[in-house]
Amino acid sequence: MLILAIESASGQVGCAVGGHEGVLASAHSGQGRRHAEALGPQIDFVRRQAGIELTELGAVAVDVGPGLYTGLRVGIVAGISMAYALGIPVIGVSSLDLLAFPARWTSRLIVSALDARRGELFVAMFRKVPGGIQRVVDPRVCSPADLASELEVTEERSLLVGDGALRYQEVFGGIRGVELAEQGLANPSARALVQLAHARAMREEFVRPWELEPVYLRRPDAEINWTTREGGA
Amino acid sequence: MSDLVLAIETSCDETAASVVEAARVVRSSVVSSQVDQHARYGGVVPELASRAHVELLVPVVAEAMVAAGVEGRDLAAVAATTGPGLVGSLLVGVSAAKALSLSWNVPFVAVNHLEAHLYAALLEEPDLEMPMVVLLVSGGHTMLVVMEDHGRYRLLGSTLDDAAGEAFDKVARYLGLGYPGGPAVDHLAVDGDRSAFSYPRALVQENPATLADDRRYAFSFSGLKTAVVNHLRSDPDASTADVVASFQEAVVDALVTKTRWAIEETGVRAACLGGGVAANSRLRERFVEVCNGAGARAFLPPPAMCTDNAAMVAAAGWWQFRREGPSPLDTGADPNLGLNLIG
Ligand SMILES: [Zn+2]
Repeated sequence: MLILAIESASGQVGCAVGGHEGVLASAHSGQGRRHAEALGPQIDFVRRQAGIELTELGAVAVDVGPGLYTGLRVGIVAGISMAYALGIPVIGVSSLDLLAFPARWTSRLIVSALDARRGELFVAMFRKVPGGIQRVVDPRVCSPADLASELEVTEERSLLVGDGALRYQEVFGGIRGVELAEQGLANPSARALVQLAHARAMREEFVRPWELEPVYLRRPDAEINWTTREGGA
Repeated sequence: MSDLVLAIETSCDETAASVVEAARVVRSSVVSSQVDQHARYGGVVPELASRAHVELLVPVVAEAMVAAGVEGRDLAAVAATTGPGLVGSLLVGVSAAKALSLSWNVPFVAVNHLEAHLYAALLEEPDLEMPMVVLLVSGGHTMLVVMEDHGRYRLLGSTLDDAAGEAFDKVARYLGLGYPGGPAVDHLAVDGDRSAFSYPRALVQENPATLADDRRYAFSFSGLKTAVVNHLRSDPDASTADVVASFQEAVVDALVTKTRWAIEETGVRAACLGGGVAANSRLRERFVEVCNGAGARAFLPPPAMCTDNAAMVAAAGWWQFRREGPSPLDTGADPNLGLNLIG
């Protein structure tokens, strides 16, 4: 099954197409490119590079977050719109799963940490299992300091991946047994998304385009302020 | 070639999609309003709006396509509003439209939201008379424009402070009439005496020649809002209906007086009203009166097409596509996009 993957939850935006034979074509724009402007031409580019028509696609895969809201939404809405237009299903994959996936060779604890802005991180933890990785701690928002003290307490050999880990590397640098992954693994990649989505497609883990739910992990500011003001929950 | 345009509108807090044939025949128009989600905050919360657009977009588009009885490949183009508006909201509609255009292999057209409001009055209207004077009044904009031809606009003047719709919202909020304020004021004013209080009409003097060139077609509503608030402080028992009727009359007076000047000065034979405030019943009544008195034909959008909708975007998109062809796939959103002005 051919899958088009769209990844736009971090500072980068990327797109790839592939299937059981692996990734046929991919493209990504560096930091600073506007997601909505880059994505349309990228989709067209990878389609041409792979030598396919979009009507040949069997599914669209998108990064559902957590991530930077505006970019995240651009990718999600483009992906679900394509799936609707082509009459095919959607596969949603967490950005933190995508970050951990290329590090699956390590036997250490894999800690995905994306920059969530406002001095916080989006974090999840993974462990190697036969044939891939398994999530052991679900995605959440926390401060770099909180994550650092958690890692200090567990004293487990860990590999930190993601732009959040790099941004706050001075916080994690001194912790025994903790290593920071290289810059090349700092962003979720559309190539990893094709691979992870293909495995899920084989298990028929699809949703219909209008069922896909973005993972924001934070409520909108106005809502938080409102509940605080009202003294409610 | 087909004349069917699917348009998407997400510039503020309405998620809308519509299929229109040749900028005239509205085959479907679906508007999903988020007004209830924003009402308790007394205004639109951008992050809430963006999230809701993502949730609603595909169902709204699918409904518009089904209601129109159209398949993607039947379309001449997919259009979307790219500005002005809330950037996060605009990006949802633009990204969706480009994805649909790629998937169905039909052209994408980027539409200016202000231009779309102008085209609302021209929907289902076979005889266009250009040039025409256009009064565009909404929560974000208040401007008088001469539309020389499709896509060619000359600005006469705009508001120096609050937009007319903003003045309605602010006065309504002060009176506790809820959000949005326009419909509430319109409704309540019906039972009020519009000559009960005489509120100021800024920059509207007897003789337009006495106003400086850059002020002749300018508007100002912040002083009016302050006058209403001060009046209510000194006279808390004043009838709310009388207050809103008098306030509304002052706004409408300024709008239609300058429209009349514009018709008289330019000698055009047609005038058109657009924007959310164009739904106001008193403005519609006075606008027709004034245009007819000045010898111009008045074009009014149906009330349902005054507030944000996608049918007007489809109409503007169809004319633009015929004129300029498709827009590039790397088009983004421009929150501050203005009308493409000449002269
Ligand atoms: Zn509008």
